[in-house]
Amino acid sequence: ILVPSTNSDKISVKTYLHILVKKQTEHAVPQLYTALQRRACSSLSVPRITTHYTIHSRDKDPRWEGIEMERFADEADVVIVGGGPAGLSAAIRLKQLANEHEKELRVCLVEKASQIGAHTLSGACLEPSALNELFPDWKERGAPLNTEVTEDVFSILTEKHRIPVPMLPGLPMQNHGNYIVRLGNFVRWLGEQAEELGVELYPGYAASEVLFHEDGSVKGIATNDVGIAKDGSPKDVFERGMELHAKVTLFGEGCHGHLAKQLYKQFNLRENCEPQTYAIGLKELWMIDEKKWRPGRVEHSVGWPLNRNTYGGSFLYHLNEGEPLVALGFVIGLDYSNPYLSPFREFQRWKHHPFVAPTLEGGNRIAYGARALNEGGFQSIPKLTFPGGLLIGCSPGFMNVPKIKGTHTAMKSGMLAAEAIFPQVVAEELDSETAGLHIPEYAENLKNSWVWKELRAVRNIRPSFHNYFGLYGGMVYTGIFYWILRGKEPWTLKHCGTDADQLKPAKDCTPIDYPKPDGKISFDLLSSVALSGTNHEGDQPAHLTLRDDGVPVARNLGIYDGPEQRFCPAGVYEYVPLETGDGMRLQINAQNCVHCKTCDIKDPSQNINWVVPEGGGGPAYNGM
Amino acid sequence: FQVGLLVSVKRFFLFLFEIRVKPDKSGVVTDGVKHSMNPFCEIAVEEAVKLKEKKLIKEVVAVSCGPQQAQETIRTALAMGADRGIHVQVAGKDYENLGPLQVSKIMAALAKKEEAQLVILGKQAIDDDCNQTGQMTAALLDWPQGTFASEVSFEGDKLKVVREIDGGLETITINTPAVVTADLRLNTPRYATLPNIMKAKKKKIAIMKPEDLGVDITSRVEVLRVDEPPQREAGVKVETVQDLVGKLKDSGLV
Repeated sequence: ILVPSTNSDKISVKTYLHILVKKQTEHAVPQLYTALQRRACSSLSVPRITTHYTIHSRDKDPRWEGIEMERFADEADVVIVGGGPAGLSAAIRLKQLANEHEKELRVCLVEKASQIGAHTLSGACLEPSALNELFPDWKERGAPLNTEVTEDVFSILTEKHRIPVPMLPGLPMQNHGNYIVRLGNFVRWLGEQAEELGVELYPGYAASEVLFHEDGSVKGIATNDVGIAKDGSPKDVFERGMELHAKVTLFGEGCHGHLAKQLYKQFNLRENCEPQTYAIGLKELWMIDEKKWRPGRVEHSVGWPLNRNTYGGSFLYHLNEGEPLVALGFVIGLDYSNPYLSPFREFQRWKHHPFVAPTLEGGNRIAYGARALNEGGFQSIPKLTFPGGLLIGCSPGFMNVPKIKGTHTAMKSGMLAAEAIFPQVVAEELDSETAGLHIPEYAENLKNSWVWKELRAVRNIRPSFHNYFGLYGGMVYTGIFYWILRGKEPWTLKHCGTDADQLKPAKDCTPIDYPKPDGKISFDLLSSVALSGTNHEGDQPAHLTLRDDGVPVARNLGIYDGPEQRFCPAGVYEYVPLETGDGMRLQINAQNCVHCKTCDIKDPSQNINWVVPEGGGGPAYNGM
Repeated sequence: FQVGLLVSVKRFFLFLFEIRVKPDKSGVVTDGVKHSMNPFCEIAVEEAVKLKEKKLIKEVVAVSCGPQQAQETIRTALAMGADRGIHVQVAGKDYENLGPLQVSKIMAALAKKEEAQLVILGKQAIDDDCNQTGQMTAALLDWPQGTFASEVSFEGDKLKVVREIDGGLETITINTPAVVTADLRLNTPRYATLPNIMKAKKKKIAIMKPEDLGVDITSRVEVLRVDEPPQREAGVKVETVQDLVGKLKDSGLV
């Protein structure tokens, strides 16, 4: 079988045969036969797309012969993966306890963004409950909580009109006492507090591998290798990542972390919970006309442009930091069924609604970004601890979905983790069966905390949308069972399965006719991606890896008309015609990626595996 | 041939970030924007470290002038292989007005103080694109200069520099001590890996002020205004040559 070489990914016949032989030794022959058949049938050739070493191992790759693969290793007491609210709160709490008890504790935190806060994106209305516990004196310390919520507005939108919904006290969306924050700035401030306390922060270094002791417990993490060329071969500047060993490792990668994905499989952490469900949130920052600026005003809406069976809605927050800045965005549940739906374009057309457009007229868009968020809530919380490590923050997922707030619960989970592990990591004698510490006390503490109570009370609101009346049924349910009965009903509704399984084949759905962007209020995708400041070193293997290079054209394009072209908020995936012959191929513009994780979640074939690119790459959000 | 070497590093926005002009037109917004080492300075540091690895240089000292955050840039240089750093503190309004003349005075003073035999800088910084500091430093020290270097090597105790010039490549031999400025194709800078960043924390950074070096940093230049480039107008397509001539006449160009 000869693979015609494409212009971008030339692999020699020799290498291809080498890989073929390798596959032959790994898989049973019948499987090989079907694979060859599929390759021979689907669009004649399957251009090689994925070159990442997680898919094509370097062990037998001749280009890697003789390359030094030894890694430098260092020891810490605790290693934290992820510099977001959860990771930083855990680090801070650990150091606070260490100082209180006058103990030495080495806490290292690795973060893939080039600076703390650069990959943080959120609405956000922060509930200061966890912050009050972490730093009762946060105001004196200069935490950037500058905008108290003064007005709370909720609407149901129709194409031209708006139905106001009274924001009664007790409803989950009520924001009295909360602050509108630019979460990126808040996380940066947390980073400064952590450094002052002596936490070792290492932004620009991504944790790319989990390390295990011989007894199977987690030993720590390894950071990414650098200097691998796009075709997977080593460059002159190739350097191996570094190993950070710890007594216990905290994983706070945020929604749908890639290391967490491995850990779920390794330790079977999801056997007694529902699969996690998600939404994608897109956000922009606008500098608006001063006359339209109403600092402290919080607006939420549901309804148009989504139909009643697609969960989602908008937010628009007027910040009060000295200039007329608003943060606005759109959230769409990723359990939508129409493969023609484009979350980005729904967001753009929502901005033209008569209730929204006037605020933006005469204004200037200064930032754009997107991120997936959890919607599974209580039912989807996995087992949180395993030998050598534990999960914190949005990674296992503690978001209060109807409130659309997850920062306070993420911070609290980090703090509870710190409090649970502290006595064990500073103990003179390590009392553990496994080399890596197992700390089930963390899960116990979480179950006894306000986080659990809060999530339990709202557990049925999101699933209540899965009924014939969709949005309206859900609102009625919320009104009765949450507002009146406070979530005390004895039953727990289930989700409908994974988001990836919800897509209907393209032939059963109608394409959506989106309006063209007008360049003043709505914009096209590429200019938006440019505003996110995202960039990656060009000469590295694409970090959007495909388990099987043939599946996108055969399945995603064939059955679902290539939904990844539409749900990716950064234009990473494009189906382009082959240079020779008929048919299409998938082009992955990995450099555009904003690390939102939507593709890994929503791919109907679950063929896309997002892995971490070279540290420092990704968006450059400034106070998003 | 054992010499000491000074390499100068500057920090500014990452090269692909959207720049916004401040509302009062006095400059660009710098708050919270991701900063990193000037790309040409990275190349300069890499060249310095390479020369040290070839045992042609005894010691590499990284220098940066600026506020507290300049130390991060020096740490990156230390992680790439520099031996120690010097941070010349300049903050606030002084930093906004710091230009090539002041920096080159500081570099000249430091070169004399450290008895350096070689000073390497990036050819220009990506914020002001001045392309002056290296040349001015050489002039102040009365040293020879090899600018826009795409190749540097020692020949005996002289320096052979291949320069990129408009007409092609020029090869010159200059005496040491000398000043060299790095151009794009001089080398590919190495990554500052995590173990090196950790080791760099233990390397020394000396802190001093311009006054300690006897340098006066008052600026001779005053920035009056910063504007965004004018919006590009859409082009107009015409059907015939007559239309084109008509439009040219209308706009007064013909």
